[in-house]
Amino acid sequence: MSTAMSITLYVPRDAVALGLGANRVARALFSGAERRGLDVSIVRTGSRGLFWLEPMVEVATPEGRVAYGPVTPADVDALLDAGLAEGGEHPLRLGDPEKIPFLARQQRLTFHRCGVIDPVSVDDYKAHGGYRGLEAALRLGPEGTVGEVRESGLRGRGGAGFPAGIKWNTVMLAQSHHKYVVCNADEGDSGTFADRMMMEGDPFNLIEGMTIAAVAVGATRGYIYLRSEYPQAFATLKEAIANGIAAGVLGDDVMGSGKSFHLEVRLGAGAYICGEETSLLESLEGKRGIVRAKPPIPALKGFLGQPTLVNNVMTFTATPWILEHGAKAYADYGMGRSLGTLPIQLAGNVKHGGLIETAFGITLREVIEGYGGGTFSGRPVRAVQVGGPLGAYFPDHLLDTPLDYEAMAAKKGLVGHGGIVVFDDTVDMAKQARFAFEFCATESCGKCTPCRIGATRGVETMDKVIAGISPEKNLTVIADLCEVMTDGSLCAMGGLTPMPVMSAITHFPEDFSRAGDLPVAAE
Amino acid sequence: MPRFEPWDGQRASGIIAEHSHLEGATLPILHALQETFGYVDAGAVPLIADALNLSRAEVHGCITFYHDFRAHPAGRHEVKLCRAEACQAMGSDRLHAEILSRLGTGWHGTTSDGNATVEPVYCLGLCSNAPAALVDGEPIARLTADSLEAALSEARA
Repeated sequence: MSTAMSITLYVPRDAVALGLGANRVARALFSGAERRGLDVSIVRTGSRGLFWLEPMVEVATPEGRVAYGPVTPADVDALLDAGLAEGGEHPLRLGDPEKIPFLARQQRLTFHRCGVIDPVSVDDYKAHGGYRGLEAALRLGPEGTVGEVRESGLRGRGGAGFPAGIKWNTVMLAQSHHKYVVCNADEGDSGTFADRMMMEGDPFNLIEGMTIAAVAVGATRGYIYLRSEYPQAFATLKEAIANGIAAGVLGDDVMGSGKSFHLEVRLGAGAYICGEETSLLESLEGKRGIVRAKPPIPALKGFLGQPTLVNNVMTFTATPWILEHGAKAYADYGMGRSLGTLPIQLAGNVKHGGLIETAFGITLREVIEGYGGGTFSGRPVRAVQVGGPLGAYFPDHLLDTPLDYEAMAAKKGLVGHGGIVVFDDTVDMAKQARFAFEFCATESCGKCTPCRIGATRGVETMDKVIAGISPEKNLTVIADLCEVMTDGSLCAMGGLTPMPVMSAITHFPEDFSRAGDLPVAAE
Repeated sequence: MPRFEPWDGQRASGIIAEHSHLEGATLPILHALQETFGYVDAGAVPLIADALNLSRAEVHGCITFYHDFRAHPAGRHEVKLCRAEACQAMGSDRLHAEILSRLGTGWHGTTSDGNATVEPVYCLGLCSNAPAALVDGEPIARLTADSLEAALSEARA
């Protein structure tokens, strides 16, 4: 075998891959190749989001990339002996990763580079189409750029689904010397990891998106507010920002345009509520993350009282593609008023969990059965929670609902950040409903009474139901409490906690009457 | 080498001074202090208040609002176990009971040998490969009681 050729291997540095031993695999590959006299360089990429195949190792061959997975350190010697360096046969060989059905069926507009490139290399980013969106935005100018975002139909991907173009326009028109662009990267919803994957796998897509936004709205300073539970994303973002400054895509003269944009990443400190935009801004200012009453809206009075554009990671990262390919190309995907693609995150008790970016309109069943392949445990699916801890639990008969903001709302659910958590038939829905209250009690900022007190009363009352103490009467109390929380809470924390609770009670009533109506001791 | 330095007011003042020019400097300061000392000593409150022109109440309020900041030194290693829904769907409740009984401590507690402190967290973004944990910031996916034990003995070494 010739040893002259240099071989490029790709091993993810995504947190899931690391959590499954990717660093040990990379070390084993390096030393194994060295022992065989192979000249190997290892590029640490993000993940393509086929997480049941992680750590997934890829090798560059003249026919394109060939993937192997899931690879353990113990597999490495056999893989190298089988000729992994040339894409040789082995039971773990997956072939061309882009032909794996899970990936081949997707429409990856936002995630097309994730898992492919070296995440902290500006050159690699540009070689894969990066910064064409910003070039277009600089050509179009602020009004033109905001117009493209509006025409694309892009809606805020953080959960609220507010039209991005309207928000951008408001900040653009606001009069002030100082404006800010803030990225909400406080991805706290259980079952969601698209932001994390993007920040670890293609951070320049976020940086470019925020730069486009800054140029469009006239901001010169930006912050990424990142949750502290993501230490890998923090390290990757800091490295990418430093490389971006060195390459002149950030700083005083962005790509020679004369525009300046300074970007910094800031860590949260374990408060779920800081994913709510006004609470996030308080936290970014160095205060307790207490929700602000609106108005004034952050677009007019945000960070330090200045006009501030706050968008989610997925909203910013959609914009480079939109600017490069045009609003119409993006709006051609999707259905109704939910246009473009949604990065869906499939998680929990599922066989093939991962990231599925596809046009809005796909049904939950297609995602869970078609992509997910059923449960990890092999037992029947009983419930799925869509949209994070504030999202509804759906039973089997609602799984034909399409993922679309309006269609989900019609079934008293929400799209949220696109996370889907699958539960098998061992789940106890009364326990899940209790947890929804418990989580709200733990994470409530405490400003408004319905949320602060309601959540605690909810836990107590649900405990009575679970104990079989007058379940019917206590469920009536819970329904009433939920109504107060929905109508009276200041933000979505208290306002949406009733959604998982009431959906569990409505769709799985049998779990709330198991103990039966026992005689109650005098209270 | 121990991961953390013993509390030192002068050293803390230096750290605070390094960050006080930032917009909204409180959280970066608190993170830096905790990274250095393993917790935020009560002695930091007046120092931060002075440097940022805040009241002590405001600084105290900020520290106590966030789950991350501790008022007392913790174990040598920090274990964060995810208690959120995706992990629940993969049996995290039962797993956590076993882990806590093996470690002989409860939530927020430290093992008797001072090796590890266990904190609950709600989501680590490893939800497709639940249950999940972080040990000193290093992720573990498809967590088992044994894999946590292995990670902790590796960290101890």
